[in-house]
Amino acid sequence: MIEVIVKMLFIVLVMMGAFLPLITWVERKQAAIMQDRIGANRADLFGIRAIGLLHPAADVLKLLTKEDVVPRGANRVLHLLAPVMALVPAIITLAVIPFGSVYAFGESALNLVVADIDWGMLYVFAVGSLATYGAVIAGWASNNNWSLLGSMRASSQMISYEVTMGLALVGLFMVFGSLKLTEIAAAQDTTFRLLGFLELFGVVAALPAWLDWIRLPAWGVFYQPLGFILFLTCIMAENKRPPFDAPEGESEIIAGYHMEYSGMRFGLFYTAEFLEVPVIGALVATLFLGGWAVPFLSQETIIGGVSQAFGVGFATGLCMILHVVTFLVKVVVLIWLQMLIRWTLPRFRYDQVMDLCWKYILPLSIANVFVTGGAILLAEGLR
Amino acid sequence: MSALLFYVFGALAVGGALGMVLNVRNTVAGAMSLVLAMVSLGGVYVLLDAYLIGVLQILVYAGAIVVLFLFVVMLLNLRGEQFGPERLAVGKVLGVAVAVLLLLQLLWLIPTFAPPAELRPGFGGYRDVGMALFTDWVLAFESTSLLLLAAMIGAVVLAKRKVD
Repeated sequence: MIEVIVKMLFIVLVMMGAFLPLITWVERKQAAIMQDRIGANRADLFGIRAIGLLHPAADVLKLLTKEDVVPRGANRVLHLLAPVMALVPAIITLAVIPFGSVYAFGESALNLVVADIDWGMLYVFAVGSLATYGAVIAGWASNNNWSLLGSMRASSQMISYEVTMGLALVGLFMVFGSLKLTEIAAAQDTTFRLLGFLELFGVVAALPAWLDWIRLPAWGVFYQPLGFILFLTCIMAENKRPPFDAPEGESEIIAGYHMEYSGMRFGLFYTAEFLEVPVIGALVATLFLGGWAVPFLSQETIIGGVSQAFGVGFATGLCMILHVVTFLVKVVVLIWLQMLIRWTLPRFRYDQVMDLCWKYILPLSIANVFVTGGAILLAEGLR
Repeated sequence: MSALLFYVFGALAVGGALGMVLNVRNTVAGAMSLVLAMVSLGGVYVLLDAYLIGVLQILVYAGAIVVLFLFVVMLLNLRGEQFGPERLAVGKVLGVAVAVLLLLQLLWLIPTFAPPAELRPGFGGYRDVGMALFTDWVLAFESTSLLLLAAMIGAVVLAKRKVD
């Protein structure tokens, strides 16, 4: 029980206490660097500006002290509940994401995931599908036509991309044979021969031995490159940040579904959007970039190597820290990638968002399923 | 612990269902009550070791179907006064009669039902359900999907006629 609470506190504190405020800073600074500006640097505490790092604190203070307005004619209960409905799914998704492997300390084993459930990815999809309600209800309860338009767009966009998000991952599930996130992450803690597929598909009978040295980490992104691109597109569309911010659409529908929100309730919508960025990073890192796995150094190699000099207990502890740090580094890289996309691409027009989903991503992800299935059957038939 | 959770989810499911029926004139609040009922039902399924059904209940019903309900409700944007005066229709009487009949059946059946003492490993998981669906019940599964496809094409044809 205590173990679970500590793990929960760790992942939530890292994500909400460290990543969340830093992302609001990174968003501004990375945009500024990309656009050759200096970026936000004016918030100061006794003259210390700390390259704008105080801005997240200033933002929160500002939002907390602003008036909380409920417009006339709004549905009061739903208007107050909607920001919470937007934020909760992002937080509880963290429950199934492994931020480390399983470590044996003497008799007991430490599994660094809050809820190690068999149907982990289904849980992620189910929770993600509930995230739609925050945006939809917010727009309707505000009693404002622009808001309603925003929530219409949000509901159709999110429903559409949920379908393709699941289909884009089917190939990955076929490769790893599991929906359990810990199993998927553990399966990537190894390497494969880059040209091994030639042998697998019977192109050549046996590869020369020196080619064994040309290896890649057995990450999902190398098995499912198309699946990676499609999934990242879909999950970024679910996040509703630019270039998929049609539900907000400042230039067309003012601010969309959260137009009638002020103060911290508006802040909660932003918290949800910003928190989803590291959560997406953690999810994509676990599925496609090996999660906690250190490339080319499997858990046995690390523990085996270090324990010869320092003992098994120290080696296991060191390996655990190394894995958690590796996982967080991968999350940071994926946050950087999402920011890069967000500040590079202009917003899609609304019909383009839907076209992209139904006319390009859906057929491509179905084709991906068939190609993956064919490759697996071929390889198994020849073995 | 799980008995306590069962009562919590059960109470939430009943509350959500009641909320939907009582909020008949405030359609969005009714739909949100339906979501509450669906999510709580999903929790009850998980407590019964039917993990896949539980999670699909949330994913499909709460996460997709009710969102589409909401989409339609919001597009029509009916407010209380547009519904007209309440009247006792034949449908309502029939509905109550069917509900009472179902309740009586359940009250009669539940005492005769004996759950298995031990579940086989993997019961209710996606592998178990998937194997059953694609081996023993593949014909029923495929005919259902054909039926859904027909319904979908029908809806598109009807909608297109209006647009043209």
